[in-house]
Amino acid sequence: MKLKSRKLKKTTVIDFATYIGVILAFIIMNTLKSQGMLTRSLTGQLIPICCYIVMAVSLNLTVGILGELSLGHAGFMSVGAFSGIVAAMSLQSVIPSEALRLAIALVVGAIFAAIAGTLVGIPVLRLRGDYLAIVTLAFGEIIKELINCLIIGVDEAGLHVINATGTKSVNDLGLSEAGRVLIKGAQGATGTQTIASFTAGFILIMISLVIILNLVRSRSGRAIMALRDNRIAAESVGINVTKYKMMAFVTSAALAGAAGALYGLNFSNLVATKFDFNTSILVLVFVVLGGLGNIWGSIIAATVLTILPEALRGFADYRMLIYAIVLILVMLATNNPQLKALFAKLIPVRKGENVNGQA
Amino acid sequence: MKKVISLVMVMALVMCLMAGCGSTNETADPTEAPAEAEAEAEVETASEGGSFYIGGIGPITGDNAIYGMAVMNGAQIAVDEINAAGGINGYTVEYKFEDDVADGETAVNAYNNLMDWGMQVLVGPTTTGSAISVSAKVYEERVFALTPSASSPDVTAGKDNMFQLCFTDPNQGSGSAVYMGANMPEAKVAVIYRNDDAYSQGIRDTFVAEAANQNLEVVYEGTFTEDTATDFSVQLTAAQAAGADLVFLPIYYQPASVILAQANAMGYAPTFFGVDGMDGILTLEGFDTSLAEGVMVLTPFSATAEDELTQNFVAEYSARYGETPNQFAADGYDCVYALKQAMENAGCTPDMSAEEICNAMVEQFTSMSFSGLTGTDMTWSAAGEVSKMPVAVMVKDGVYVTAEA
Repeated sequence: MKLKSRKLKKTTVIDFATYIGVILAFIIMNTLKSQGMLTRSLTGQLIPICCYIVMAVSLNLTVGILGELSLGHAGFMSVGAFSGIVAAMSLQSVIPSEALRLAIALVVGAIFAAIAGTLVGIPVLRLRGDYLAIVTLAFGEIIKELINCLIIGVDEAGLHVINATGTKSVNDLGLSEAGRVLIKGAQGATGTQTIASFTAGFILIMISLVIILNLVRSRSGRAIMALRDNRIAAESVGINVTKYKMMAFVTSAALAGAAGALYGLNFSNLVATKFDFNTSILVLVFVVLGGLGNIWGSIIAATVLTILPEALRGFADYRMLIYAIVLILVMLATNNPQLKALFAKLIPVRKGENVNGQA
Repeated sequence: MKKVISLVMVMALVMCLMAGCGSTNETADPTEAPAEAEAEAEVETASEGGSFYIGGIGPITGDNAIYGMAVMNGAQIAVDEINAAGGINGYTVEYKFEDDVADGETAVNAYNNLMDWGMQVLVGPTTTGSAISVSAKVYEERVFALTPSASSPDVTAGKDNMFQLCFTDPNQGSGSAVYMGANMPEAKVAVIYRNDDAYSQGIRDTFVAEAANQNLEVVYEGTFTEDTATDFSVQLTAAQAAGADLVFLPIYYQPASVILAQANAMGYAPTFFGVDGMDGILTLEGFDTSLAEGVMVLTPFSATAEDELTQNFVAEYSARYGETPNQFAADGYDCVYALKQAMENAGCTPDMSAEEICNAMVEQFTSMSFSGLTGTDMTWSAAGEVSKMPVAVMVKDGVYVTAEA
């Protein structure tokens, strides 16, 4: 009886609604898929959508909740993707189970991206201003160039790695007869066994949501948001600025790495130039369009904006133009006070709830 | 903070918009629309008892649009000719080309889109990265694919139903080295290549490996990337200092045109040697063709060839699209005719499933020999690689002439 009288907090309701929404969407899509009612075009996009959702949600932690601008999120995805591919492919003979290998690849991807995030974060997060934006932008480009020179192969003796200076090629790896090349510099990772699955994507989204939503609602999360709102005030009450910034930034990087590993294992070919500045901006568009700090908004924005270019194929050559126009219109519409008032009128119940929640 | 974000967003949107505009301008060719409409009308009137559905994938927007457009147009001409001449085994051909922006993810989406449309055979993808991504899908789902221009051996490796119509990168690299070894012995070679590009890197690797066997001395290797493809003075000065009298350029023609101009300006005149990506340099807008004088190119197709087939194709292509076709257009054209020949030999009908056609095609392609624009008596190995002779051509007085071997 006690439970009944205690009203759930508004944020908790939204969190649970987000979980339930994602679970419902997964069940519906999976049922439709098994019934063969989805077009192949949509089925093929399910796993990339999962990856982009995790990317958007994790970037939202940095941009929306920590309040730091990161322009190199694709760099972390790249680190995760290539380390995940190397892990999954080199363990091919040792671990026959695809699901287990995929899980290991995701964890390895997350760890490597977290290491990269720590390295970037340690010096930069101590600074004030927009330094993080500049450094992450550079980080994304550096990772792209580094992986372009990276040659990795595997044989029974283990991994062979060379970071070529432009004069070395696959033949310099010194692989034995049974060995195979995993990453060939600019040619990227080719011949990857595609072991990513929609279920794995769903589980990854759920894990990211649990991690991020719990972090945000915790004591640490409140400290992170306090830093975003007023750094001086937060410092004056004894919040350790660098510690909490690192916490949010590294979590964000690790989740991006896991998303990258899932993405990489969904395609048999992956080149480093895929994860360029444009991809970082694309993810940032998801976050801003979904609303800064709004987790379920990021999920919806990532889904819609991933499907949109494919749905617009009917417009042939004009599809990217229309895509850009749709983006601008959505930006204008969601910020329009009249439209906001209209929505509020249409959904009076929700408005009442909001007032109660704020009061 | 918010201001910075909104600024960045505005910049990104403007960039999107400009990219969109650029590509639409490029593709909104007035001659193209009526041709497509005609083709569609033709198909509608002629299609009785079903049509073959042939799909194509390649970049028709973005940086690599020139290749996708060429393949699309070349294949479109072949399809229209076939339909006008009564189709394949009496059935018309429906042809649909989807854009992939030369990106693996979009290419897989485009492939799925074509499968929803009912595609039975794929002509594509055009670029190597996309082709590798899609080849895993076509192998899994037993759809026959013939790529006009994806030249990496990784495209066909391990897939019995993925075939290539172009030379493989190793063939081009080692072929160039063998040609140089035979015709320019003891040459001191400099290589300038783009090390963030699969095509360029692949050819360079096999070239350098074969050069050692041919007693060629590689005295200098210079690299550049997409972002640094505007200035080559460093690489050229180093090549000159190393005493190179032959410069091998396994790159596309846009950067090659810059290299030629800069070498000319600094008074460095070695023999330049290119591969199929160099094809098209003579038709590049604003390029002084006298700079390309003496450049040697290893290519399967030359638009100035004397034979009737080439002449007709070049005339038709120029009339429709207002430009001289390059090697990619010829590859696209040949792909469709190679499929036609194989389908006629196997007696395919449109009511066969993609898998049945695939099995018949694999059998035909490994046993037949095909003559087209880009070579005569081409045959395919079971691995899917084509065997045809590359021809070395030399630019003389602004046109390609066959180099004396």
